[in-house]
Amino acid sequence: MEALDIISYFLLLGLLLVAVKVVTTTNVIHAAISLVFTLAITAATFLLLSAEFVALVIVLVYIGAVIVLFLFGIMITRAPLGQNAELDNDKNKSLALVISLAIFGIFSYVMLDTFDSQIIITSGTSTELLGEILLSRFVFPFEVVSFVLLAALIGGITLARQDNALMDENQI
Amino acid sequence: MSVQPFLIAAAGLFSIGIYGILVRRNVVMVLLSIELILNAVNINFVVFNAMLGDVLLQGQIFTIFIITIAAAEVGIGLAIVLMLFRNRKTANIDEFDLLKW
Repeated sequence: MEALDIISYFLLLGLLLVAVKVVTTTNVIHAAISLVFTLAITAATFLLLSAEFVALVIVLVYIGAVIVLFLFGIMITRAPLGQNAELDNDKNKSLALVISLAIFGIFSYVMLDTFDSQIIITSGTSTELLGEILLSRFVFPFEVVSFVLLAALIGGITLARQDNALMDENQI
Repeated sequence: MSVQPFLIAAAGLFSIGIYGILVRRNVVMVLLSIELILNAVNINFVVFNAMLGDVLLQGQIFTIFIITIAAAEVGIGLAIVLMLFRNRKTANIDEFDLLKW
């Protein structure tokens, strides 16, 4: 139990450090790469909490697909690669720091106050059970979510495509 | 393991994401910060699932749903950013002032 505690402290400290790097770096590519590390450490934390299927989904969906989308977005909007001092809105910085520290203070106070003596009981593997529950009790939300994904796919294509056919018709 | 370090770390991740949303000028960087916030929520769900020892694993199932919705959100968000960039030739949020009088 002692070893698990030490591992979790290191993981969570690393998580916060790379997350700070995501929002403070002046290089857009470095921000995306730091998000990869944040998500990888999150997946490791989920493994520690015996949620191995969720950890695998994080690695597959986030690190595999979403980061590629982000890098694509960075490249296609021609954000200046390399150092870029104009990435941050400097006049908002102090106010943003105050707001985020206030939110952190309130949340930490509530968490420390409410969950004082609660401990986590890790309980082995759970993937088989998760699959059964997902396809029996939660099968309707599962189908709704797949429909939302389909709608988002069609919406994304409709928004992003160049409407060449329409333009040709107008020219004729 | 105590539950508090996980919850404090998730709160820290959430406030870091808020800071990023407020400070960044590039739209893609704002979307990155939103991912940080969603990640903090995921950590909270999984931690509370482990803490309560739920036999239905509802925390993990909700985390999977959140990840799915986040993927859809990134797809739509980047499509909108692409449209804005095509029309306005910039990706900076403070220059999208078309609705401002």
